[in-house]
Amino acid sequence: MEFFRIKKDIPFMRHALVFNVISLITFLLAVFFLFSRGLHLSVEFTGGTLIEVAYTQAADLGKIREGLGKAGYTDIAVQNFGSSQDVMIRLPLKEEQSSAKIGESVMEVLNAEAPGATLRRVEFVGPQVGKELAENGSLALLLVILGIVLYLAMRFEWRFSVSAIIANLHDVIIILGFFAFFQWEFSLSVLAAVLAVLGYSVNESVVVFDRVRETFKKVRGLTTPQVLDHAITTTISRTIITHGSTQLMVLSMLIFGGETLHYFSLALTIGICFGIYSSVLVASPLVMWLGVSREHFVKPKKQIEGANEEGAVV
Amino acid sequence: MNRYPLWKYVIVAFSLLVGLLYTLPNFFGESPAVQVSSAKATLKTDTKTLERVENTLKTANIESNGIFLDTNGVKVRLKDTDTQLKVKDLLEKQFNPDASDPQYVVALNLLSSSPQWLTSMGALPMYLGLDLRGGVHFLLEVDMKGALTKRLDSTAADLRSLFRDKNVRHGGINREGERISIRFRDEETRTKARNALQDNQPDLTLIEQGEGSDLKLVATLKPTAVKKIQEFAIKQNMGTLHNRINELGVAEPVIAQQGADRIVVQLPGVQDTAKAKDILGRTATLEIRMVDDTAGALEAAMAGQVPFGTELYVERGGRPLLVKKQVLLTGDRLTDAQPGFDSQTHEPAVHLSLDSTGSRIFKELTRDNVGKRMAILLIEKGKGEVVTAPVIRTEIGGGRVQISGSMNTVEANDTALLLRAGSLAAPMEIIEERTIGPSLGADNITKGFHSTMWGFAAISVFMIAYYMLFGLISVTALASNLLFLVALLSLLQATLTLPGIAAIALTLGMAIDSNVLINERIREELRNGASPQAAIRGGYEHAFDTILDSNITTLIAGVALLIFGSGPVRGFAVVHCLGILTSFFSAVVVSRALVNLVYGGRKIQSLSIGQIWKPGNSTVASK
Repeated sequence: MEFFRIKKDIPFMRHALVFNVISLITFLLAVFFLFSRGLHLSVEFTGGTLIEVAYTQAADLGKIREGLGKAGYTDIAVQNFGSSQDVMIRLPLKEEQSSAKIGESVMEVLNAEAPGATLRRVEFVGPQVGKELAENGSLALLLVILGIVLYLAMRFEWRFSVSAIIANLHDVIIILGFFAFFQWEFSLSVLAAVLAVLGYSVNESVVVFDRVRETFKKVRGLTTPQVLDHAITTTISRTIITHGSTQLMVLSMLIFGGETLHYFSLALTIGICFGIYSSVLVASPLVMWLGVSREHFVKPKKQIEGANEEGAVV
Repeated sequence: MNRYPLWKYVIVAFSLLVGLLYTLPNFFGESPAVQVSSAKATLKTDTKTLERVENTLKTANIESNGIFLDTNGVKVRLKDTDTQLKVKDLLEKQFNPDASDPQYVVALNLLSSSPQWLTSMGALPMYLGLDLRGGVHFLLEVDMKGALTKRLDSTAADLRSLFRDKNVRHGGINREGERISIRFRDEETRTKARNALQDNQPDLTLIEQGEGSDLKLVATLKPTAVKKIQEFAIKQNMGTLHNRINELGVAEPVIAQQGADRIVVQLPGVQDTAKAKDILGRTATLEIRMVDDTAGALEAAMAGQVPFGTELYVERGGRPLLVKKQVLLTGDRLTDAQPGFDSQTHEPAVHLSLDSTGSRIFKELTRDNVGKRMAILLIEKGKGEVVTAPVIRTEIGGGRVQISGSMNTVEANDTALLLRAGSLAAPMEIIEERTIGPSLGADNITKGFHSTMWGFAAISVFMIAYYMLFGLISVTALASNLLFLVALLSLLQATLTLPGIAAIALTLGMAIDSNVLINERIREELRNGASPQAAIRGGYEHAFDTILDSNITTLIAGVALLIFGSGPVRGFAVVHCLGILTSFFSAVVVSRALVNLVYGGRKIQSLSIGQIWKPGNSTVASK
């Protein structure tokens, strides 16, 4: 089997501007939704209580809501979780209920109003913890960005590292944009997925850049767009197959992983799709705009040698 | 060409063998067990306990699958859960005849059923996190501010008595937030006070303020003292928690400090959170009452006629004691209790510190009752225990109390511990709680396992269909990666959580990248007209740089998650980072060893790597 039978280098760079404009629009949309709708943060970040209960028959959500409302709980969210038997109850943090007694009192209410519930899971997070998590999350993101920029700058060239990180941050913002637009729950594991994707799709750029460097060194007389086209074309098969394989795994998690891994794998799916797009069609044009050229890779010694041959080689 | 020296094959074979060995325990599952461990610090579980367990089972005619002693206590492996419950009840009765005063913790546990020779090699199954086996997780925060104010209050009381002793006239001592301010009318007294303080209170930093006739001395705790108080508060709270959790009968509780002021408590298998929280949050109270020494009263009480207004208690030594019901002083007035020695007789002693109100009450109490006995009782769960019942020799002022006589150092330590337990140094608050039911835990394992299995299967099918033999080799390398990863997790006993399983799946999905890179490169070399052997070598060599770069960038993200992540993210990051390391070895070394084994060292016409399509005329592919 051979999926990709490409005769000539595909002229990706001819359409670079189009791709960049598309990216910019998606990016701006994502930013817009992030600000207008905001992220639907999970209890881990906001603080509060989350209770998961299971019924043997389909649960009557109305009754549960009513019962809890009568017991004096406000701002509660009651929803099905996975199946009609499983119910997730979310309670916000309250000043006067600083203790973690909420779990038990809710169970008492449920037993009185809608009996038959078994407690599956309780999560209580105090306000201190949530704030710290948000801080640590941003610090982790910062460390990843710095680490990758420095490493790529060391291994390649600053132009590459800057374009790679811009392209991949654009992925991160788009993932967040999706979460904001659909109001999916943004939890700690989603954050982990986002950061993992960041590390992963930088791979993609690395593979392309590796080829760019190699082509610059080996093949002379090509313009920068031609080199980029060649690098992308020769690696596109690997790109698609690798991402396809990873996506197979993620898909399996999406199908079999249940609710807990649902948003985790969803974030990965979006990350992988946009990862392909951005590392190939965003990072490479950026490198081009930043003005990378053959001189950046060929060592000065060789340049003197090559100077005589300039123009004579096709 | 393409032959590995023998030692490389040996390394690969050896690492695979070790991987297999350490993965093995995960397949044996777990068998029910009962664990007997000590509930008191003074009580040790030893071979005698082991014999006692053996004899108990023998008399009851119950067969066990092995009884052994380890650092946690005596463990009995049993054949099913019914016998497990039966044995638990039996041992409970045998070891704790008095249910209200448990000496031992008898708990249900699960033991790995892997054979002894594996266990003795340190090969254990992976350590499952709470979200996979069910249980309770608490994060408690110690109120350090509370601990400090409490300490400052008692220091203020100390200062008052100090000035009284030294005849320093001050215009009032007040605690203002985290400072103590002392007023003076003239400069001379202030200097005198300052000198007295410097000699007696080395923990305080003094600053002079005010002028004219309104002079002040502001005392704050030195940073080292603050640190010491905080460390002490955490240690004491952890000790108290430890004692209380023993009561719950949990097989493997985790109590660990996290950061400067937090304590993590994990109770695997505990489902009754209400009870757990009740016990964790419970504060034992301390009461000081007078002993009724009226002649004949004790005898009457022993005979069953307890005089009105008194209660009969048993002293820790075993002697009966009649104590009046009236409470004179409670534990909230106690700020510290430390074991030590009497400065004159060098006998073991317990030193107590009381706050200002406590000192005043205590002074009156001792003044009125010289020659009589008082009793210090620890009231927990509505039941009292006499910690100590010393005779009052003189009036004691100043809030510094020393109890000495008829005790050894161990007893002094125990008494101090009990007294401290009665007054937690600083209140704690539950700031995070996670309860996972056992069914949810089992569900999570199944879900994680299925995701990984089907994902792996799908990748295998695709890889073999697309790359033929090279696909099979890639899949074998990927399987060895999984083997190494599981072995490493088992060996390190790192906690495996559901995000951890997700990380295993994701790492496998990403690890295949290296093999795809290699295979694509080999195809490309072939396309460019290289001979099969040269193509293999070229493919591996050219792909190496790219594999290294891409693994390092992924690792950067993993390490960042490891550093800043907590809870589920950390579980994910640990597995992710380990997975990247193992995948590097398996994708590059193991797969190459396999390729060399199949193709190396002989002349071959073609490679089984799927169809290679050659374009008629390539524009740039040639040099």
